[in-house]
Amino acid sequence: MEEQTVYTAANYKSDQPVRWCPGCGDHAILNSLHKAMAVVGVPPHKTAVISGIGCSSRLPYYMNSYGFHTIHGRAAAIATGFKVANPEMTVWQISGDGDGLAIGGNHFIHAVRRNIDINMLLFNNKIYGLTKGQYSPTSDRGFVSKSSPYGTTEDPFIPAELVFGARGNFFARSIDVELQISQEVLVAAARHKGTSVVEILQNCVIYNNGIHNFITDREYRAERTIHLVDGEKMLFGKNKERGLVRDGFLLKAVEVGKDGYTIDDVLVHDAHCKSNFLHQQLAMMDGHELPLAIGVIRDVEGLTYNDEVDRQVEEVRAKKGFNTLRDMILAGETWEVK
Amino acid sequence: MLAETNVKTADKVVVRFSGDSGDGMQLVGNIFTNVSAGIGNQVSTFPDYPAEIRAPQGSLGGVSGFQVSVGTGVHTPGDQCDVLVAMNPAALKQNYKYVKPGGVIIVDIDSFKEADLKKALFTTDEPFKELGINAQVLEVPITSMTKAALADSGLDNKSILKCRNIFALGLVCWLFDRPLESAIHFLSKKFAKKPAIFEANSKVINAGYNYGNNIHASVSTYRVETQEARPGIYTDINGNTATAWGLIMASEKSGRPLFLGSYPITPATDILQELAKRKDLGVKALQMEDEIAGVCSAIGASFAGDLAVTSTSGPGLALKSEGIGLAVIAELPLVVIDVQRGGPSTGLPTKTEQTDLMQALYGRNGESPVAVMAPASPTDCFTMAFEACRVAIEHMTPVILLTDAFIGNGSSAWRVPDADEYPAIKPPYLPTDRIGDASWRPYNRDEDTKVRYWAIPGTEGCTHRIGGLEKDYNTGAISTDPVNHERMVYTRREKIARIADDIPELDVLEADGADTILIGWGGTYGHLRTAATELCEAGRPVAFAQFRYINPLPRNTEEVLSRYKTVIVAELNTGQFADYLQAKYPRLNIKRINKVQGQPFLVKEVVDGVVRILDEEK
Repeated sequence: MEEQTVYTAANYKSDQPVRWCPGCGDHAILNSLHKAMAVVGVPPHKTAVISGIGCSSRLPYYMNSYGFHTIHGRAAAIATGFKVANPEMTVWQISGDGDGLAIGGNHFIHAVRRNIDINMLLFNNKIYGLTKGQYSPTSDRGFVSKSSPYGTTEDPFIPAELVFGARGNFFARSIDVELQISQEVLVAAARHKGTSVVEILQNCVIYNNGIHNFITDREYRAERTIHLVDGEKMLFGKNKERGLVRDGFLLKAVEVGKDGYTIDDVLVHDAHCKSNFLHQQLAMMDGHELPLAIGVIRDVEGLTYNDEVDRQVEEVRAKKGFNTLRDMILAGETWEVK
Repeated sequence: MLAETNVKTADKVVVRFSGDSGDGMQLVGNIFTNVSAGIGNQVSTFPDYPAEIRAPQGSLGGVSGFQVSVGTGVHTPGDQCDVLVAMNPAALKQNYKYVKPGGVIIVDIDSFKEADLKKALFTTDEPFKELGINAQVLEVPITSMTKAALADSGLDNKSILKCRNIFALGLVCWLFDRPLESAIHFLSKKFAKKPAIFEANSKVINAGYNYGNNIHASVSTYRVETQEARPGIYTDINGNTATAWGLIMASEKSGRPLFLGSYPITPATDILQELAKRKDLGVKALQMEDEIAGVCSAIGASFAGDLAVTSTSGPGLALKSEGIGLAVIAELPLVVIDVQRGGPSTGLPTKTEQTDLMQALYGRNGESPVAVMAPASPTDCFTMAFEACRVAIEHMTPVILLTDAFIGNGSSAWRVPDADEYPAIKPPYLPTDRIGDASWRPYNRDEDTKVRYWAIPGTEGCTHRIGGLEKDYNTGAISTDPVNHERMVYTRREKIARIADDIPELDVLEADGADTILIGWGGTYGHLRTAATELCEAGRPVAFAQFRYINPLPRNTEEVLSRYKTVIVAELNTGQFADYLQAKYPRLNIKRINKVQGQPFLVKEVVDGVVRILDEEK
């Protein structure tokens, strides 16, 4: 457990009653976020939480920080402007799969590409909950919903794949019920400089109950997920008896000590590796052939958009030496009338 | 030199340069303008260029024009020109109709070969006769003389041909007795990094000037009056640059850093480009991924405490509607600049119109009032951009500033203001004695102005949440209470209405014996004012007023307009401002003059329109 700062989770909670449905995965995520913020220790008044529209986007009202509940899909663009204008603030952006990847897909990929220093939480429940149950861009092909009564005829986005396509430097994943791991990845996201995308598999108890059961079911969870930790062997299973090894260009799950595989064959996770080749393969595992990866999958330093804007402003100001608009105009083409 | 020539004295003259869009007409037009402004002329310009970057060479669709009026009493670029420069047959065909009776047309006769005439769809080999031109035509072998001047330059043929425009400029400088040194100075700046090209152009401009001198017997030349301007430092400025600089002045006067979130769109892109350069003054200008991100990043910056602006044209304003609504309900300062162009849809991207007024006033879901303003001229863009910022910040509201392609691209001489000529802008910060006060709520407001207080994120003791959902008037918490919603709707409306107490009253140019007033709004000021003056001189007196504040209207609007039997509204749309006024003041007798051709008014059109209405109303 990390050392506590002067803040406790309670310092980040607002006085507003939380209005999500009983049993919704959002409650657990909110608690993990409060705890993670206390661990990181950025004061509430130096924190801004910006959201779009959807169930998850109600979250800012439950934070005792600066908060802005905006419009559908636009949270990433609004958070970008906020961070560039006020870079001293720590910015959290909250979106769901519909908000972030459908109506807000363009802003999502461009924020990641720019590497603006914000923390993006993507609550993925594979459904539109607030509009009462339509399929989302992460719903599986054939998914039956109110707007796809015969099943969808389209393939879903895999959020990690979009992040890598947009040249993202930080991607982590957790599950709403994994409180410890959620806290761990949120702390890592906050400490990463640049756009940190955290996907949290979240259960919608009303419109999509059990959608992640294949992964989250207690009976199989240890077999179907792998908790990746930087610098540690990629082991999973109830007794960590299984591991991931290289198989040509691909990955393979093996039983340690069987078929000639020893612990030395098992890969060690390097979240800081510049190349995203292996990170992509890890992020694309889905719990079927290979276990779904949770934890921090990629965490690489890069130039952030907001720092670079500030650096340019400083450099150009020092070079030109203008204090006022008038100085700048008088340095150009002018004439005097006496 | 001038003593031997037949000099026409005029208080102002109009020159129109025209050629292929790759011929450098905008460049020579700009240099001629700057040189004229530099010797104390008033200037007003009208770049008229095609939407295509490079249409087929020599074709009618590829003609680019630049018209400038220089002299005294200059309020417009002029309806018609005294001198037309046409670099090829297509330019002649597209522009001969703008030449005044008795005007001069200068053509590059080397580019009037059979093939050139065909490209411009002439059916005979007598283009001047075919068009019925009886103006004085000066057939100048511009291409061959440019080649001759640069025969020893060592430049390749393509580079030599690129100097043709500068030969024409030299000739026009001779016609109007402009100092060549000044023109050469601008060329040296333009080609600072290409000394060989600069060398060639300065040779060619002299050649053009000397050519004019040598043939002086065949044309009348002009002397243009200079005007007595208010003492001070002047620069030449177009409306889009003036807009950008007005925003910077507002940032200096409010102490809030300037943020622009934008996306390239004709004819507003210049504002983004100018502000992108102004990192040297600390401006943060972001080119975002789309128009929506432009306004949304600005809203985020506004919440964060910046003076936040987004710039666009009509189609972009449509995309920003939902974002503007968010700023309305969140009660955040936001300046939205719409450099209007012809619509609907993509419409006429490079042409001017005033057709976005209703969109600015009403183009959002719900009851969503915003302040709307419109500058009257290129230099007024500076003042009104400043005003838009002042009102946005002091009244915590979005303000839409409606400029247009005509004033955005048009330029005139502008006296650089001293810093103390503009007032301090006072953000309605949360009073320091309320920071840390647990009873403060984000929608608490000043009951006189209805303006809520601004608590800048990062400040300890006033963390708060705002958003697009309706909020309780007192607590600021989410509320769906029906009566509360109605109260908030009327509060936001009243907040905008009360801006009327904080803007100047409507100014009227009175006319003795007039029972009719001619009015307009925004960028038509120059044409309408000139028309009103001409009408008075012609014994048909009309009063005149131009609206720069549209919502709210100046407090004295109804009182002023009620004094006249007839109110004539002239605008570049089908009657949007007239409808707006008529709905507000049903008793006014409103008549209309409208034009929707993507072009500014001609003064004559307004004069004729007013006379027609006056005769009907007798």
